[in-house]
Amino acid sequence: MSMHRREFLQLLAVAAAGGLALHNGGAEAARAGEAFYDLPRFGNVSLLHMTDCHAQLLPLRFREPSVNLGVGAMAGQAPHLVGEHLLKRFGIPPGSAEAHAFTCLDFTEAARNYGKVGGFAQLATLVKRLKASRPGALLLDGGDTWQGSATALWTRAQDMVDAAKLLGVDVMTLHWESTYGAERVKEVEEKDFAGRIDIVAQNVRTTDFEDPVFKPYVIREINRVPVAIIGQAFPYTPIANPRWLTPEWSFGIQEQSLQQAVEQARAEGAQVVVLLSHNGMDVDLKLASRVSGIDAIFGGHTHDGVPAPVVVANPGGRTLVTNAGSNGKFLGVMDFEVKDGRVADFRYRLLPVFADLLPADAEMAAFIQRVRAPFAGRLAEPLAHTEGLLYRRGNFNGSWDQLLLDALMAEKEAEIAFSPGFRWGTTLLPGETLTMEQLMDQTAITYPWTTVTRMTGAMIKTVLEDVCDNLFNPDPYYQQGGDMVRVGGLQYACEPGAAMGRRISDMRLDGKPLEADKLYTVAGWAPVAEEAREAGEPVWEVVARYLRGRGVVPLVTPTQPVLKGVAGNPGLI
Amino acid sequence: MDHKRRDTLKAGGGLGIFGLLVAAGLIKPELAEAAWNKSAFEAKNLESALAALGAGKPGDSAEVQLNTPDIAENGAVVPVGVVSKLPNTEQIAILIEKNPNLLAAKFEIPAGTAAEVQTRVKMGQTSDIYAVVKADGKFYVTKKEVKVTLGGCGG
Repeated sequence: MSMHRREFLQLLAVAAAGGLALHNGGAEAARAGEAFYDLPRFGNVSLLHMTDCHAQLLPLRFREPSVNLGVGAMAGQAPHLVGEHLLKRFGIPPGSAEAHAFTCLDFTEAARNYGKVGGFAQLATLVKRLKASRPGALLLDGGDTWQGSATALWTRAQDMVDAAKLLGVDVMTLHWESTYGAERVKEVEEKDFAGRIDIVAQNVRTTDFEDPVFKPYVIREINRVPVAIIGQAFPYTPIANPRWLTPEWSFGIQEQSLQQAVEQARAEGAQVVVLLSHNGMDVDLKLASRVSGIDAIFGGHTHDGVPAPVVVANPGGRTLVTNAGSNGKFLGVMDFEVKDGRVADFRYRLLPVFADLLPADAEMAAFIQRVRAPFAGRLAEPLAHTEGLLYRRGNFNGSWDQLLLDALMAEKEAEIAFSPGFRWGTTLLPGETLTMEQLMDQTAITYPWTTVTRMTGAMIKTVLEDVCDNLFNPDPYYQQGGDMVRVGGLQYACEPGAAMGRRISDMRLDGKPLEADKLYTVAGWAPVAEEAREAGEPVWEVVARYLRGRGVVPLVTPTQPVLKGVAGNPGLI
Repeated sequence: MDHKRRDTLKAGGGLGIFGLLVAAGLIKPELAEAAWNKSAFEAKNLESALAALGAGKPGDSAEVQLNTPDIAENGAVVPVGVVSKLPNTEQIAILIEKNPNLLAAKFEIPAGTAAEVQTRVKMGQTSDIYAVVKADGKFYVTKKEVKVTLGGCGG
C-alpha cells in the first residue's frame, strides 16, 4: 500500500492531464485518490478515529519531530522513534508518501512534492468513503478539536462544534475543549451535541462529591454487535491548563473507576470495549498493562502518528494501543472481526490524509468558506515573509518557537523568554508569507497573556527541572505529555535520563553561568495562575508587532540545549 | 451532572460536612478528642512520627491500598483515600513525608467498621505519602509518591 514519490507524482500527472486541477475535486483526482485509499473491508465492526486536529479546517503542513526521546523502559520503543528509525521499525519505504507523512525527513522538499495534508473537506470525503465501505462504522474524536485556530478562538469553538457535527463525529472526549470553561463545554454538550455527539469521560468528576460530570461510556450497536466506547479526558487538564476554567471538575487517570466501567459495560452486553483516550501514548501503554478487558485504546494528546498498534499484555488478555497523530493529518481505521461475542481478529491502518488525493466534500467546503468569511480580512493580513522553515514540534525547540521567543525578548526587553512546549501549531515552508492566521495557529488560546517576571537563577532552574520532569519522568503516570518549555536567551544542558532535579545543568546567559541569587528579567506567555489573568497584552499582538516591523524573517535556527546521555537513542536524529 | 446533592447541601446552610456527619450520627465529636496524639501530630520526621504512633518499623502490605492522584491538581486540597483489607483494622494514619508536620490524619476504626477512609491534605511539594495501618495489634505500611508541579506547558 505504500506509494513512492514517482507513483504519487504519476497519479497527479494523470489527473492534471485530464485537465482538472486536483484541488477542484476532478474525476481523475478522485480516481488517483481511490487507488491510494483503497482499503479492503475486514470483519464486521469498524471504528474510525481522528484526534488532536487542533481546529485546523483547511489543508496544512505539519512537520513531525526530529526529537522525541523515550527514557527508561520507553527508550527506543514506539512512539519514541523518529526519522529513519521509525521507517525501519514499521517497514515504511524511505522516500514514499507515507515516509513523508510519518517523519520529518527531507521535509521541505517532500512537502513540496506531496502537497498539503489534512483539511476537513478532504477528511469528510475520506470519512464518507470509509463509512460507505464499512456500514455501521462510527467516527470517534479524541479531542483537542475546538482549539488551535483563530476562528475557533473567535467563535468560542462554534466553527469546530458545527464542523464536527457535519463531519459525522459520533463520540468524543476532551482536553483543550475545557479551556473554554466548564459552562461552555456543558452548553455544547446539552444543546449543540444533543442527540448527535456523545461526550464521554469516565475520569471527570466533581471536586466535592466526585459525581460524574459526563457519561463514562456509551454502548452503540454496529452490525448488531454492542460496542462500548469509554472516554478518558486528558488527566492533567487542571494542571497543564488553568484550573480556574474548570474549578469544579477533577480529572486524573482513575484506573479503578476505568476498570469498573469496563466491567459494567461488559455486564451490559458489550462484546467490544474500547477506550477513547486523551492520556498520551506512554500513559496509555502503562494503563493497558494494568487494566483488563479493553480491546483497543484509541489515543491522542502526544500527537504521535504511530503506523501500527502496540499490543500490550495484561492480566485479562491483550489490548491494542494506537495513537493517531494530529492536525487532521491522519485517520485511523480499525476493523474488528467479532465472533462468538468477542474480538477474534483485527486490521488497523493509520491513513495519511493527502489533500491532493482527496476531492473536497462540497458541503463541508461551503461550510468552511461560510464560517471563515466574517474573519477573512484579519486572517489574511500578511505579517512577514519567511526565508526558512518554521515549525514547532519536537522535545526541545522549534524555529517557530524561537521566533516567538525572539519577539518576546525584543518587545518586552527581557534577557530570557519562556514559551510553552505545545505540540500543536502548523508549519510554514521557506519562501511563504506568514499571515495573522498562521501566527494564531501557534498562539490561539483562551489565556494568551504575556508576562514579565523578575526571577532568580535558582527559580529559573526550578522551573526548567519541573517541566523537564513532566516530560521525562520514567513513570508515564507522572508525565503531562507536552514538550519541554522553550527557552530564549539562555543556554543549558539537559540529561533526560537523570533523576528529578538533576537533569538541567550548565545554564548560561551570554556565555556566563547563571547566578542562583541574581534576578533576571523573564518574559513568557500562557500563565495558568488565575492571578495572572489579563497580565499583559495577548502574545499574538506582541509577535505581530515584532513581525510587522521587520517584514522578512531570516532563517531562524532554534537554540537547542546540549543533550547528555542520549547518544544512539532512536528518538533523535 | 448531578447538581442536586450540592444544591441540597448549599440550601442546608452552614452546617458543614462535620456538622452534617455529627447530625447524621455517623461520628461523635468526642471520638476526635479522645484520639488526639500530640507527639505524633508534632513529629517532624518519618522515624519520630512512626515512633509516636507506636508503629516502629511497619511491614509493607499489599492489603493496604492508598488512593491518591499521581499529580496533585491543587496542592492545597489533595484527596487521599486509604482502604485496608487487613482483618481487625483498628487505626489508619496518613503521613506526608515532606510536610513540616508529617502526620496529616489519624483515624480510629471501631470494630466491625469498613476500614475505608478519605480526606483532603495540603502539600507544599512533591512527596511520598504513607498509609500506616494498625491491625490485630501490628503495623503495616504502603506508600505512593504524589507530585506537586508548577503546572502549565501541557499539550
